[in-house]
Amino acid sequence: MLSKRLIACLDVRDGKLAKSVRFVNTKDIGDPVEKAREYYADGLDELVFYDITASSDKRAIMLDVVEAVAKEVFIPLSVGGGVRSVADATDLRLAGAEKINVNSAAVARPALIAECAEAIGNQNVVLSMDIRQVPESADCPSGYEIVINGGRTPMGVDGLAWALEGERLGAGELVVNAIDADGTRDGYELKLTAMIAEAVRIPVIASGGAGKPEHLKEALTTGKADAALVASMVHYGDYRVSELKRWLHGAGVKMRMSW
Amino acid sequence: MTDPIVIIDYDAGNLRSVQRACAEVGAQAVISNDPVRVRAASRIIFPGVGAAGSAMVSLSRNGLADALRSAVGDGKPVLGICLGLQISLRHSEENDTETLGLIPGETRRFRLDRPELKIPHMGWNEVRPVQPHPLLDGIEAGDEFYFVHAYYPAPEDQACVYARTTYEDDFAAAVGRGNYFGVQFHPEKSGRVGLALLDRFTRWDGQC
Repeated sequence: MLSKRLIACLDVRDGKLAKSVRFVNTKDIGDPVEKAREYYADGLDELVFYDITASSDKRAIMLDVVEAVAKEVFIPLSVGGGVRSVADATDLRLAGAEKINVNSAAVARPALIAECAEAIGNQNVVLSMDIRQVPESADCPSGYEIVINGGRTPMGVDGLAWALEGERLGAGELVVNAIDADGTRDGYELKLTAMIAEAVRIPVIASGGAGKPEHLKEALTTGKADAALVASMVHYGDYRVSELKRWLHGAGVKMRMSW
Repeated sequence: MTDPIVIIDYDAGNLRSVQRACAEVGAQAVISNDPVRVRAASRIIFPGVGAAGSAMVSLSRNGLADALRSAVGDGKPVLGICLGLQISLRHSEENDTETLGLIPGETRRFRLDRPELKIPHMGWNEVRPVQPHPLLDGIEAGDEFYFVHAYYPAPEDQACVYARTTYEDDFAAAVGRGNYFGVQFHPEKSGRVGLALLDRFTRWDGQC
């Protein structure tokens, strides 16, 4: 039986690990390569690097980080942040990323998803969606709206409709990142995650809001997610990756327990 | 000079992760699309992601298909990974493609009844050896490997099936015959257990 995945997301700014609360007040918390090594040894199932570097001239640092990690971490490695073209995706793949996350640039130009899928294979294209709750409207009948620019810019695009469009265009996987919950540690946005997971046939990763092991279990059961993404709860040392996996395993969630 | 390990490059995706994993277990591997080097290799890794149709076009055009066949015929150890395993069979439902035919059987698309099971089959799953093989030595109950695929190998002869994995139903996760061995999972992305399999391959004499 397929295991559920525990994924750690490392936000990287100018080559350093950063963590945001609701996407503002980012602060540096360490060396991404060292963290990646530590989590890998501790049984992490997959690793995501998100480049939140503002200036494009510093983006080359991210390629160095990916390259350094790929040399010693032998689990799937996913990278996103600022991917605007097939060339960006290919550069990151050559540096050692398996999967490429597209986000804002795909909202602006959906064809980017299809272009990346054609170039690197559907299974390697992850559509990452930042979503917030809004009153139901003609534009957003699901009551969820896509936002970009780290949550600052609402797009008037329905969250559920965008997930389905992403799947149709060739994304192999979806990240459902609930902006309202991001960094709060109050739990994932379960209704949103389940709504999307039930509507698509590709794997869904729950993101935003994890603070306790119970939250992960909820995302992987009630939320119907195939994988749960964590950040703060492991970065600050509150929980170890292995501890979370053991807890989930003990709570009846199928996890990979041998590493 | 003979290359120790050649990773066949046929435009089937990024092969550097396989090369890095070989380096991690102390084996030097070169990535090449040159049939001469493939023929001269002492052992071969035949990886691949992407679609069967375009993979076969690329393999045939480069003369790599013949080089690979002759390497298998010469008794060299060959390891197929993912698409590299699938196109070792005779036919693939993907793009309705005639494939290499090193092993009788075909590659089929997952047809799943349970709506909560996603396609591709993506993530970690248990690989259960069903008969001994030098490359599977040391795999323990509960060991999981990383998979990402929408098609699966269905060899005709069950004697060729060395390990199974369960998604909705069981499928063949490792298929072999003589000096050829193929795995549906990605050892290069499967942590310690995957690296151990690659390490065994770098020392395998091709006998089973």
